[in-house]
Amino acid sequence: MSIDLDVWEIVIGLEVHAELATATKLFCAAPNDFGGEPNTHIDALTLGLPGSLPVLNEHAVELAIRVGLALNCTINRSVFSRKNYFYPDQPTNYQISQFDLPINGEGWLELPSGKVIGIERAHLEEDTGKSTHIGGGGRIHDATYSLVDYNRAGVPLLEIVGRPDLRSGDEARAYVVELRAILVAVGASDGKMEEGSLRVDCNVSVRRHGDAELGTRCEIKNINSLRSLGRAVDYEAERQIDMILADERIEQQTRHWNEDEGRTLKLRSKEQADDYRYFPEPDLVDLLPSQEWIDRVRARLPILPAQRRLRLCERSGADLAQAVLIVERGLDDLCLAALELGADASRTITHAEHNLSDPKAQGLDPKMFAKLTNMDADGILSSTQTKTVLAELVQLGGDPAAIADSHGFKAMDSGELDAVVDQLIAENPEQWQRFCEGDPKISGFFVGRVMKATQGQADGKVVAGLLSERIPTAPKE
Amino acid sequence: MTSALEIAASVRAAERSAREVLDEHLAVIAEREADVHAFNLVTTEHAIAAAVAVDELVAQGGNPGLLAGVPVAIKDNLCTRGVATTCSSKILQGWVPPYDATVVSRLAAAGAIMVGKTNMDEFAMGSSTENSAFGPTRNPHNLSLVPGGSSGGSAAAVAAGFAPISLGSDTGGSIRQPAALCGVVGVKPTYGTVSRLGLVAFGSSLDQVGPFANSVAEAALVCEVIGGHDPGDSTSIPQAFPSVSDHLSDGVAGMRIGLITEMMGEGISPDVAQRIRAAAECLAAAGAEVEEVSVPAVTYGLSAYYLVAPAEASSNLSRYDGVRYGLRVEAPTTGEMMELTRTAGFGDEVKRRIMLGTYALSAGYYDAFYGTALKVRTLIRRDFDTAYERFDALLSPTSPTTAFAFGDKTADPMSMYLNDVCTIASNLAGHPAMSVPYGVGTDGMPVGAQVLAPALGELAMFRVAAVLEGSLV
Repeated sequence: MSIDLDVWEIVIGLEVHAELATATKLFCAAPNDFGGEPNTHIDALTLGLPGSLPVLNEHAVELAIRVGLALNCTINRSVFSRKNYFYPDQPTNYQISQFDLPINGEGWLELPSGKVIGIERAHLEEDTGKSTHIGGGGRIHDATYSLVDYNRAGVPLLEIVGRPDLRSGDEARAYVVELRAILVAVGASDGKMEEGSLRVDCNVSVRRHGDAELGTRCEIKNINSLRSLGRAVDYEAERQIDMILADERIEQQTRHWNEDEGRTLKLRSKEQADDYRYFPEPDLVDLLPSQEWIDRVRARLPILPAQRRLRLCERSGADLAQAVLIVERGLDDLCLAALELGADASRTITHAEHNLSDPKAQGLDPKMFAKLTNMDADGILSSTQTKTVLAELVQLGGDPAAIADSHGFKAMDSGELDAVVDQLIAENPEQWQRFCEGDPKISGFFVGRVMKATQGQADGKVVAGLLSERIPTAPKE
Repeated sequence: MTSALEIAASVRAAERSAREVLDEHLAVIAEREADVHAFNLVTTEHAIAAAVAVDELVAQGGNPGLLAGVPVAIKDNLCTRGVATTCSSKILQGWVPPYDATVVSRLAAAGAIMVGKTNMDEFAMGSSTENSAFGPTRNPHNLSLVPGGSSGGSAAAVAAGFAPISLGSDTGGSIRQPAALCGVVGVKPTYGTVSRLGLVAFGSSLDQVGPFANSVAEAALVCEVIGGHDPGDSTSIPQAFPSVSDHLSDGVAGMRIGLITEMMGEGISPDVAQRIRAAAECLAAAGAEVEEVSVPAVTYGLSAYYLVAPAEASSNLSRYDGVRYGLRVEAPTTGEMMELTRTAGFGDEVKRRIMLGTYALSAGYYDAFYGTALKVRTLIRRDFDTAYERFDALLSPTSPTTAFAFGDKTADPMSMYLNDVCTIASNLAGHPAMSVPYGVGTDGMPVGAQVLAPALGELAMFRVAAVLEGSLV
């Protein structure tokens, strides 16, 4: 990438669609499950049969309120509207959404960096079905025939519209990671980008630093992973800058991220705005959550990721980067519980950061984890042994002391280790010579041999120390 | 003609069988249906099975319900499980609903026997039943005249004796106007008192299901059976339908009744106006205080209605695209298939309203058209509210004229729309209104008096209607 960030400012605003984790769809009793045989999670309303009527799913509203509160939004009287457009995967040819009166109004989200990103709104709407166009270019216009699966039609979505406050691909990723963590924390969504339960549309524009006006933006769709998000932003920003430098006019477009080619391609121009003929959905009544309900939801709101990070840093001495990772892995409660039980703080954080990436680690018994951190800190186990015991603890549970015994792990006294080291040096004079000369190819040789000789019981760092003690001091010039 | 009340009483008492009652009505249908064409479909087999089930229940000592063995005709925009529901449109060709509308299942649970699906203006758009894809229904009182619409088939079915009661739907007068033209009672209840679940939508914020009957008492009973809360309709009011049947003989002594000035002047046929003045005098004679009252905003009703109803219809009817059910005209691309299907499937009036509604909702026009229409709705409600501070019920003609001839108004849609000038305001306000026969015009054809009441004011409305009905006997 060759964007000169001293000259150019990238302006990014994200629209995130989150599928809400309800048992049934937004306006009917058909199941809200991912996948399934095509057209099995359907009923009269899902198919838009004549005479069917929508009835709002109360749980979806509660989840929307949870997210709204977690994003510091105002919770408002809201109205559902019909967004009218013809497309085969939209069973009624209109989508029930919220237009001028969304359930969640202005709010904000704070990134771990401390930067605050504005939230414009977070509103409820129904998802569409899925079309597959067979033949032609895979587009509806030249397809031989098209297949439609309505399983997803009517699934509740919360569309979270962020302000254009993000300034880089990394920041955009951090925003999505934080938003996803919040959605998962409040139980609103499973946040799986790969299953489409979290979908990110990305608005990108560029301008020179100091410009008051925002540049013309393009909306990028089909971003299926965090990695794609960063790449798509960088590509699109560079494309726009190149156009400006070539004195070309940037057209407002919807663009498609092509993961394989690593670039965005024009999908359609937005210069002629679509006319969706919004009007209030007459089959539904205004949605006015009572203050009691909102208060009840607020009282039951779980601790949010930002609070978790803060708490972990305060109680364990972890730095922010460590806290971000540990909270993301859902291990902060484990760490705090272990600390309560007297775990070694530094080892606790180190292990959580480096050795507990397996999701099963969330199930560790804090008491046993605490015990292991102390065995490690007290030198009863070498770091290699600690890792082995920890891995087994994660997979099978049990008592770390017993696991260590079962492996025959015990702390080696230094005399024993000295003897092993001396013997190996004596047996391998040629290698020792090269080692002393600093040959990088031989650097791991002796540690490896010691480990083998001690069946892994020696502490690697200690062995390294013993070896360097034995290197003859170079003659002074 | 035996009333629904008498039929139900005799079937419950096992004095007559539901099967006998059904056969009598099927015989009348066999005799006159070819002339009248009230039905899109006569559901003989269905009806026989239902009648036999009622008779078995009676034989077992069970309670077959308030409408035991009563034949009922159902407008063809109400979904009936396993029975084609067409809305008198080609576009729903071949579609069979997998469910009953709430009102249909409530009638069946009360022991009523569906004898057929009645003809209507396509998607309930019209005032003469001439807009049916399957040919018009004729007025049983004079086969050269229209029965009114859009529920013309349901009105004609009752007037012809095919069934003592029937159901229709009323978006701008589609129950009351054909009731008036066919000389039967027709009721549009308060919006939200009767479930719309299973009613094929036209103008969702205006649509309401209601009964036709030969008497006020029968209509009252049907309202009580089909009305009341339905959790499947979000706009359904969470309470039971007012118990009107118990108060039909309460009279109108001391009631304050207003004759709507704006519905008695220009455009109202003199013989119709004369009958409504006679109705007002009758109510005064029965002890009511009757005065003229101005409800100014109702004059804007027609314009507002022809924006709101088509706007909602343009969206409601967009689902008929050939993708999932009904008619499909094959074409090389999905877009062309949709276009050809809708072009072939919808009649002219439906297309006209879809275009009108699409235009009214378009960017740049919304505020001027749909937005303004919503404000007029609020004004109409406010003017009614003002009137109801002084009056318990209001009175007007149901239709400006008696039944007219086929083809009279089809060339000029505006002249057809003017038929609804007295009925539309109640739909825009969401208020109840009903038509009760009150004599005949100079042509000998029935005239209907319309009784209007505030939201949930069915009790007052039915009392007034009962007095008008009683005064003619």
